[in-house]
Amino acid sequence: MPGHWSYITLVLYLASLGLYVRFLYTGRKQTGRLAALALALGLGSHYLALLERSHWVHSVPYDDLYGSLSLFGWLLAATYLGLELYYKQRSMGAFVLPCVLALFALGTWPGHDLAATRQEQGALFALHVTLSVLAYAAFALAFVLSVVYLLQDRHLRRRHPGRMVWRFPPLDGLERMSRGSVRVGLVSLVVGTAMGIYWQLHIRHTFLLTDPKVLVTLVILVLYAGYLRLSERGVWRGARASLMCVLTFLLVIFSYAVVNLYLSHFHRYL
Amino acid sequence: MQIVLIGLNHRTAPLELRERVTFSVEDAQRATAELRSQCGMEEVVVLSTCNRSELYGVRRDATEEPGAIQNFLADFHGISREQLNGCLYARRDREAIEHLFRVAAGLDSMLLGEAEILGQVREAYRRASDGGATGPVLNRLFQGAVEVGRRVRSETELGTRPMSAASAGVKLAERIFGDLGTHSALVLGAGEIAQQAVEQLRQRGIKWLWISSRTSEHAMALAGPNGAETIAWEKLPRSLARADILVASVAAEDPVITSEMLTEAMAERDNRSMLLLDLGVPRNIDPAASDLYNLYLYNLDDLTEIVDQNRRLREREIPRAEAIIADQISKFETWRAGRSAIDLVDDLRSRLDARRRRILEAHSAAFAHLNPEDRKHIDQLTAQLIDELLEEPTDRLRHARTWRERVQHMETLRGLFGLDSEEK
Repeated sequence: MPGHWSYITLVLYLASLGLYVRFLYTGRKQTGRLAALALALGLGSHYLALLERSHWVHSVPYDDLYGSLSLFGWLLAATYLGLELYYKQRSMGAFVLPCVLALFALGTWPGHDLAATRQEQGALFALHVTLSVLAYAAFALAFVLSVVYLLQDRHLRRRHPGRMVWRFPPLDGLERMSRGSVRVGLVSLVVGTAMGIYWQLHIRHTFLLTDPKVLVTLVILVLYAGYLRLSERGVWRGARASLMCVLTFLLVIFSYAVVNLYLSHFHRYL
Repeated sequence: MQIVLIGLNHRTAPLELRERVTFSVEDAQRATAELRSQCGMEEVVVLSTCNRSELYGVRRDATEEPGAIQNFLADFHGISREQLNGCLYARRDREAIEHLFRVAAGLDSMLLGEAEILGQVREAYRRASDGGATGPVLNRLFQGAVEVGRRVRSETELGTRPMSAASAGVKLAERIFGDLGTHSALVLGAGEIAQQAVEQLRQRGIKWLWISSRTSEHAMALAGPNGAETIAWEKLPRSLARADILVASVAAEDPVITSEMLTEAMAERDNRSMLLLDLGVPRNIDPAASDLYNLYLYNLDDLTEIVDQNRRLREREIPRAEAIIADQISKFETWRAGRSAIDLVDDLRSRLDARRRRILEAHSAAFAHLNPEDRKHIDQLTAQLIDELLEEPTDRLRHARTWRERVQHMETLRGLFGLDSEEK
């Protein structure tokens, strides 16, 4: 049963979403600042909600799919806030917050009571999972940015820029943010995967290179590395690279949901 | 105490007359001094722009002949009153306040929502204030006007959208490239539209700017004052790849930039995005170029359509701007009513005090047997009596819930004690 921090988080995320939407509509700086503040407070409260949950089920958040989803949402919000502050672009909040809210809600209100699960598996394993989820969150952010890029590009090419085009970040900015996000994701995934392999080999002694999770992760790494390389050159630069980023994220969803739940031998949730 | 405004603007007077009634900085200083000495103005601000000349003043005597300022304006500029008749507007108190707030908000401008007027209002006030021509009323009024302008621009979309083809084009460039401070532009042509484009690009901080024209002297004349470089017309095809933004406004029967030239340029640019603004009629850029990848082509019709959309959107923002104005008027009136109330009570106190002294003097013979200390005591007691009598009404005036209620109380006081009639 979700504790009071979960409800506080929900309120703060909803407030942040409302303010980001208002900011997108009005462009008022004060509204944008308040939206970012609500998001930062929501992040803090979400962190406490995750702690509360761990205390409740005597386990780490990523031991089951729901906890993992909540952690995913938290890392997505944190990555977005970091990029927002770095690139000084607030208009993407209206698009990212619905994803954060959906992940948080799915992870927090699973529809059944959570029971205590298995024992903890060490710091290395925790880092492996956290970095992998951080990578997914960064790829999710790049996905949102690329979708907005494609929308903006479409409007501009049609020569009828709608009302929102004047509020979106510029195409160059979207591209840079997306690349930045993918870089964060790639580094996290490489380090996280290396830790996972090490943990599997030295602690469990059961590593299987042909496991679907490993294979799909390798394909994702290659595709995102390809995106980073191609998005800055020649015929791929711009909308084509963004489309590639969007399609690659579909593979990430496949890996996160289908592979984890049904195909992998050692990535199944309890 | 009355706020008055006399002025003319682009709606009431033709350009020829507006040109004759403008005030230079020196003129404004001289006019301010003369208005204060000749027309009984206690405070004056002169607001003079290319579209309006307005005199804002505060005078204590509300019965001053209203034509005096009009006559002054005519005499000051050496124009007959007949020429000014029908072109001038006069406003008082609330109407004058509302007019200034609408001006600062950009609602009274020729180009709805333009931002420049706010700076001009601020500058006119600063000059008058530096010259000692403003007092508490105009200080408060103009600070309120600046606040209105600032709020309208930050809380509404009245001033956010470009209203000319050139500015719409440059705004589009920002939607593609973001900060233009790291980008380059090439302007073809040196006519009026090219000039507007150069001005807009410079304002938005474009880093590299090149100008090319078939007449090199024209290109140099436009490039020089704008810190731009020129490119020889013959070298144009080879220079296209350098520009992120290309603005074309050349008089030519056929397109001067072909699709083939742009295909080569895009290949040379490694497909980095390029924005083409074709402001020429007939078109200067081959329309087929719009199919090229990462190339955004806008012609004059496209940009005009954007400008029309923006105008409609700005018009939709007027009620929101008017709500801000109403809010600021209410704040100003509350302050003014409070200030008038203090003046009124002071006035009443001094009249009652004068009456008290007269009574004491009239009955001084009756107190002749008293020693000086007792007489002083009686004087203090009667003064205290007046203070206590006024305490309640003063308190009620000060704590009135709305400025309307305060004004009502003041009117009652004026009526009961005949303050207005004595003032006259």
